[in-house]
Amino acid sequence: MDLGRLQEINPWCYALTPLPGEARAPVRLYAGAALLRDMDAKVLEQIANVARLPGLVGAAMTMPDAHWGYGFPIGGVAAFDAEAGGIISAGGVGFDISCGIRCLRTNLDLPSLRPQLERLADQLFRTIPAGVGEEGKLKLAPAELDAVMRGGAQWALRHGYGEAADLDYIEERGCVAGAEPKSVSDLAKQRQRGEMGTLGSGNHYLEIQVVERIFDVKAAAAYGLSAGQVLLSIHCGSRGLGHQVGTDYLVTLAKAASRLGLQLPDRELACAPIKSPEGQQYLGAMNAAINIALANRQILTHLARAAFRAVLPQARLETLYDVSHNTCKAETHAVEGKPRLLYVHRKGATRAFGPGHAALPARYRDTGQPVIIGGSMGTGSWILAGNAEEQNGAFASASHGAGRAMSRHQALRKWNGRELIHELAANGILIRTRSMRGAAEEAPGAYKDVDAVAEATERAGLARRVALLRPMACVKG
Amino acid sequence: MHESFAYFEHGADVGIVGRGAQIEQAFEQAAMAVFALMTTLDALLPRQSVAIEFEEADAELALVTWLNRLLGEARSRALVFCRFRLRRNGAHWSGTAAGEPWRAGLERGVEVKGATLTALAVTQQDGIWEARCVVDV
Repeated sequence: MDLGRLQEINPWCYALTPLPGEARAPVRLYAGAALLRDMDAKVLEQIANVARLPGLVGAAMTMPDAHWGYGFPIGGVAAFDAEAGGIISAGGVGFDISCGIRCLRTNLDLPSLRPQLERLADQLFRTIPAGVGEEGKLKLAPAELDAVMRGGAQWALRHGYGEAADLDYIEERGCVAGAEPKSVSDLAKQRQRGEMGTLGSGNHYLEIQVVERIFDVKAAAAYGLSAGQVLLSIHCGSRGLGHQVGTDYLVTLAKAASRLGLQLPDRELACAPIKSPEGQQYLGAMNAAINIALANRQILTHLARAAFRAVLPQARLETLYDVSHNTCKAETHAVEGKPRLLYVHRKGATRAFGPGHAALPARYRDTGQPVIIGGSMGTGSWILAGNAEEQNGAFASASHGAGRAMSRHQALRKWNGRELIHELAANGILIRTRSMRGAAEEAPGAYKDVDAVAEATERAGLARRVALLRPMACVKG
Repeated sequence: MHESFAYFEHGADVGIVGRGAQIEQAFEQAAMAVFALMTTLDALLPRQSVAIEFEEADAELALVTWLNRLLGEARSRALVFCRFRLRRNGAHWSGTAAGEPWRAGLERGVEVKGATLTALAVTQQDGIWEARCVVDV
């Protein structure tokens, strides 16, 4: 990205200078100059287009891990006011609605894990359906699927998946309001039939990690983290139903925008006013897909616990937190000193509520929400803590991952999947996958430096670093 | 022989291109590009066929609708497609997709979640139709 049009607000936040005659809301890019220089120029184009959408409140923003997406950039954050004609956009949420990370802490340390690591990786790989074309054992009839769409992780718990305490540590206690199964197409429901309790492919993973280093002792204590402790992270989303909701409404919203005379800078921003019939239908369908994702991660948590117990009977896995990073959520934020209900789009961005927020469980009320930045399968991941909104100027949002540094095709040309897996094994990281092509596409070198993303996230005031995690074994789709 | 498919670069996802002498052939080739991301098409047999029909006057939205219907039908039936036929009559599009269920031994590539409106274009130049967009993977 050429920094020529950027104006430094501080070393970790830049504004995009408007072109002559350009009418749009402000654009803010949270990152240092080095990360911005490596960022795709399309990020700037896409976020400037977002800043021209009606009803935007404040600025259109990108997080330090931003990269070129579709519609909105990945790592894009934008809040809209329904009362001011604000819109909702399927491209501002993404197709993998409520894709996110469930992080579980265990009572295991590295010495107790290491002798059983191979067995555990194999057991997880056998237990968790992963990869394109893989189906789960749970097949739901349409009426039952409607119940999942309304109930989310709470439905899963009622049906024997997981533990009651899990709900305390999932956003919205595992179930968002406003889900409307009637707004979800039959094809979307059919597409989910074999996909409950599956991981998917691409950048989705289930990873055994160890706490490498603690940065914030007080927050780590609240999160129940200590150096050398073993964790498990599950990265996946709403599977086929969410993908179909996203694709169905992309065309629906593109037509609604045209019908309603919305002047869109690019068709890829397909959107409709929140209060329009199409906007309300998408909102209901998207909330249904969020609940599917929350149920899916709850089922995967249950399966992972069973796999752990089969190998390490003494293992206990507690949910540290479950965060989604592809959502649009109705939240109240202070704008110019007054509370305002906003629809906050976070596409490849994590919610990061600060200390004292009423939505947080009592255990995290003093420290802020755990923010999880997932790394690649060969590098670290990070746990951070949300900051108060006086410090976080991005409607309580933060980074979600390392962010890709090169395309999948470039990665395929550069790495061989089988060789890469051997190299990682030599470095003590076990990979279990059915897809050698997928392994090459997901090579650690294809991602940005996750440590630089975490540092920029902290220095920009979005969240503060709590713990660095090192991968030990990774099940990839 | 003008029918072919190809890819173009996109940071996180994948750009696909289908080309053909007719718009329908370009769409068929775009479908080949999508499903070739998931497995090696030559290893598949067209054992089961699924009919696809839809109405769409806008050629670009028709491309997105065609690809997303194919992805939805494949996933809902646990199939992977390797052959495509499409016909257009005004705003009415009808076609078939053929393939077989996923089985052991098939290469597992990356799951395609859906076709997007990004870099979406359906154009004709020098008698060749080209259909392109970014697909989310």
